Amino acid sequence: MAGSIDEAVSTGPARDHTRPARRGGGRGRAVLEVALLAVLAVVMLFPALWMIETSIKENRDVYAIPAKFFDFKVTMDHFRDVFAASGGGRSALSVSFLNSVVVAGVSTVLATVLGVPAAWAYSRFAMKAKKDQLFFILSTRFMPPVVVVIPIFLMYRQVGLIDTKLGLILIYAAFNVPFTIWMMKGFVDEVPAEYEDAAMLDGYTRLQAFWKFTLPLLLPGIAATAVFALIFSWNEFVFAIFLTSSDNVRTAPPAIAGLIGGTTVDWGLVAAASVVFALPVLAFAYLVRRHLVAGVTLGAVRR
Amino acid sequence: MSNSAPLTTDHPGQVAAATPPAPGRSHRLSDRWLTVAFISPALLLLLAMSVFPLLWALYLSFTDYSATRGGPAHFIGFGNYTAILASPQVHLRTYTTLLYVIGAVTLQTVLGFTIAYLISRRTHGRGLLTTLFLVPMMLSPVVVGLFWRFMLDAQFGVINSMLGSLGLGQVEWLTQQRTALISLIVVDTWQWTPFIMLIALAGLTAVPKYLYEAASIDRASEWFRFRTITLPLVWPLLLIAVLFRAIEAFRLFDLVYILTSGGPGVSTETLSFHVYKVAFLGFNTGTASAYGILMVLVVIVLTQLYLRYLNKLKED
Repeated sequence: MAGSIDEAVSTGPARDHTRPARRGGGRGRAVLEVALLAVLAVVMLFPALWMIETSIKENRDVYAIPAKFFDFKVTMDHFRDVFAASGGGRSALSVSFLNSVVVAGVSTVLATVLGVPAAWAYSRFAMKAKKDQLFFILSTRFMPPVVVVIPIFLMYRQVGLIDTKLGLILIYAAFNVPFTIWMMKGFVDEVPAEYEDAAMLDGYTRLQAFWKFTLPLLLPGIAATAVFALIFSWNEFVFAIFLTSSDNVRTAPPAIAGLIGGTTVDWGLVAAASVVFALPVLAFAYLVRRHLVAGVTLGAVRR
Repeated sequence: MSNSAPLTTDHPGQVAAATPPAPGRSHRLSDRWLTVAFISPALLLLLAMSVFPLLWALYLSFTDYSATRGGPAHFIGFGNYTAILASPQVHLRTYTTLLYVIGAVTLQTVLGFTIAYLISRRTHGRGLLTTLFLVPMMLSPVVVGLFWRFMLDAQFGVINSMLGSLGLGQVEWLTQQRTALISLIVVDTWQWTPFIMLIALAGLTAVPKYLYEAASIDRASEWFRFRTITLPLVWPLLLIAVLFRAIEAFRLFDLVYILTSGGPGVSTETLSFHVYKVAFLGFNTGTASAYGILMVLVVIVLTQLYLRYLNKLKED
């Protein structure tokens, strides 16, 4: 995993001191490179900073022309509006956040419970056309959601799963299982099969060996994998918008997108809702930063 | 795992078969039973939620079924397919999608690789820099789309405000035919440049140091080192990232939906968005299914390329 950030700091080619004769030119170039990096970093981060800024601005300043970068009045009203309805009680947005927690949480648990044993079996046992099976599993993850949602919609209408949390949970689990299997197979491959062989010589069955010796070693990997599955489900929009409609089922992404439906848009509220929605993702992503390369390529790239 | 318990009742035959006399065989058979018990729940879910729906869509694609009209579906052979392949509307969307995919992925690759290269040449603060650059990628497309819509707003968007204070004219980013597609490409590039950067960085940091040292003993120029050492070693991994992004860009729906809703006119309608309109606004379920199946075929070809390439990379 050379892609882990911690490693990226320590290893790597440091080749600034190779030629003393050209040190002056090298330093000029280094300054240029740092400047270029700084400009790129500002461009990449500006929208995120602008979002945070908008979420704490008073409405008057949100719509100010020209835009106010520093001298605005700070208010927490937008964040209050995210959670509390104007007439008191819970807002529709806060309900949607709760729904998101339930849907993302349960679908992640389901995908983990189904995916981890499958990954272990794929890693440990010889079977027919194993590679083809694994590739088939991953390719289901690449299907365009807009296409899959058409038959899923008809199917759910048939069995009464339209506009239910269970419907969303099932489809999210199905989209996370391929990822979980691929990601976890990498982690299981790293645990020597000899541990289980040794346990079985001591009289444990294969299942007990898996449960008592391999599974505890896999826990960090399972946690990282589950976090990625959680992020995928949390951010998902296409299935959510087509398969749910009522306020008490809808997850946060369609609820936030619904804020721009009317003639006037309360951008302060949109920004605050987006910040509340994005913060947990960023926090979780930071926790699994060592596995990001494998995570974002659906477990396909590991180095 | 809790899911293995109910499965014992599903396969009584295999449980009975798992008690032969010879101990060596018992191990192998119980392994086979474990394989079935551990893999089939996951495969069943995939069959039910991915394969079966696609097969149903395949069936519907040969009929004139409509989800709202109801009534029985009439078999019309390849009618839907010929209609789609001959439709100038679909040709236009294909062109738009191609422009978008090529534009966005090219920009992301160039920018992402540049950033990764610059970061890999720093010795201090790499971890912090990488983390900061990764923020856009972790955001939901909904958040990204909404927020850029606000920033690109012609009236009180911050982009036009900055252009104004630089003395430049205002641009109607999302409401003009030509700039709308460019905006879409820019926003997608903003979100996914970190993806290419992350993978390119993984490749760059994996280049063995001694190669550079050997090259500098030979007094090879910087460009020569980049061309003969860095690029060949990073290229395979970079290609994986590019293919991955191309598949994702081809499937893209949410960003279009939020940012422009395909407008103005149909200037930013990609194939995914058009499928949605045919299926959920036109309610021509049969036609939309055929349309979707054609898209799935493209995705399958791209995915096969990707997986085959990935396999080759792993075997080396």
